[in-house]
Amino acid sequence: MITTEQLDDIVELSKEDRDFPREVIRRSGVNIHMCWHCKTCSGGCPFSGDMDYFPNQIIRLVQLGMKDEALESSTIWICVGCHTCSIQCPQAIDIPAIMDVLRQMAMAEGVKVAQPHILNFHKEVVNSIRRHGRTHKLEIMMRYKLSKKDWFADMDVGLKMMQKRKLDLMPSKVRAISDIRKMFHAEQEGANEG
Amino acid sequence: MKDDFTELTYFPGCSLATTAKENDRSLYVFCKRHGIKLKELEDWNCCGSSSTHSIDHHLSDHLPARNLSLAPPDRPLMAACPNCYRQLKLSHLRLLQNPEAQEAYKQMWGREFDPDLKIMTFFELLSDMVDAGAFDTRKDGLKGLKVATYYGCMLARPPIMRNEKNFYGFMEKVLAAMNAQPVQWEQSAKCCGTFLTVTRPDIANKTVEGIIGSAEQVKAECIVTACAMCHMNLEIRSKLPGKTPIFHFSELLSLSMGIGGGMGWFRRHLIDPRPLLRSKKLIG
Ligand code: SF4
Ligand code: SF4
Repeated sequence: MITTEQLDDIVELSKEDRDFPREVIRRSGVNIHMCWHCKTCSGGCPFSGDMDYFPNQIIRLVQLGMKDEALESSTIWICVGCHTCSIQCPQAIDIPAIMDVLRQMAMAEGVKVAQPHILNFHKEVVNSIRRHGRTHKLEIMMRYKLSKKDWFADMDVGLKMMQKRKLDLMPSKVRAISDIRKMFHAEQEGANEG
Repeated sequence: MKDDFTELTYFPGCSLATTAKENDRSLYVFCKRHGIKLKELEDWNCCGSSSTHSIDHHLSDHLPARNLSLAPPDRPLMAACPNCYRQLKLSHLRLLQNPEAQEAYKQMWGREFDPDLKIMTFFELLSDMVDAGAFDTRKDGLKGLKVATYYGCMLARPPIMRNEKNFYGFMEKVLAAMNAQPVQWEQSAKCCGTFLTVTRPDIANKTVEGIIGSAEQVKAECIVTACAMCHMNLEIRSKLPGKTPIFHFSELLSLSMGIGGGMGWFRRHLIDPRPLLRSKKLIG
């Protein structure tokens, strides 16, 4: 297994460039240097055609300390965490765990988010959980649409779901909502407030 | 010793509690018919999958942990949704490996971490029933219905879960025992796109059309999913003219016992499956 130090010998990286892969490894618990770029992940990923970098290229960017490129990529937002990649990876690399860390670093560092609507959607889901302890789909959709200022796209789908009573007007709720508050409270520092 | 599955703590999850009530109901009915009692987990919360792990890893640790802390120790915790299962199991595995996290869990929830809590999927319950010969007598059953079994990403999982049971081919096996005809097809394990269906319909549309098109190509009469989110995405994102009905696995299981017509499940589908079911004489 190649260590970070050995990689530093192969490709000359500046100090800052070295910090980035270390940080990703520390936070994700995944040794990205195990990746030998066989590209199995990229071939298997159902959405790689809609990403600006293939999944293995994201790993390469991290290995090389190319932080801005990685954090500003669309890939980290398009990735849905389906694990189609990691189940096929010969090195058992948890690729979605790397994507999770990069996404959260992008938010913390305030870089330009390549897919802001996807971030907004995730925030609305988390807000809904904050309020009810469960997700309330109708509310999430309304607030997401509000943030996107895009009421008419998918109107047909929404109406059909209402008609089939698939979108409940009232949320299904956790009774001990103080438990939910406790979770949000516990992670207030460094939290990604919406 | 064999696990006792006659009484289970049941985790429905957000989808089955709301958009996919027909999945929830048909699962209950099926289990009840087979003498299995499902007791809903008291005051459960969202499992923390999808958006939560995407943007907030603290929260995606806490959410499943609270659910685990609420589960009674004397019976297994069964999740109906594969994503909820993945999240609950992952949380349990991580806690098992980390005594510090167990201590924090105790502090937070005022309850001991239970290292022996069994967390299982609906598939595991079924597989136990298959072993016990529960489905060997379905001669009539699903009347030769040609089904494309869709797994989406449910068979994929993070490396830490590599040693968990794998259910590849399981739906085909069960459905064949119930006198359906599972077809071989290409896209049975292609992810449905989860939240992209809302945020990037352009990507979701082509993905879902690829999936449904591939089932239609081999002349499947319908598709069956084991995940409520897949079910919804396949139903709302296809503009194909074929209008291939999409079933929840639990609905077909109940149908094989002659239950389903008149229950109101199929009325809730966006692609109406009733014409197909009538033509197959599966409902009146
Ligand atoms: S499949 Fe694994 S080893 Fe191969 S390129 Fe992807 S992450 Fe690297
Ligand atoms: S987890 Fe992300 S990178 Fe991996 S296959 Fe799924 S969408 Fe692609």
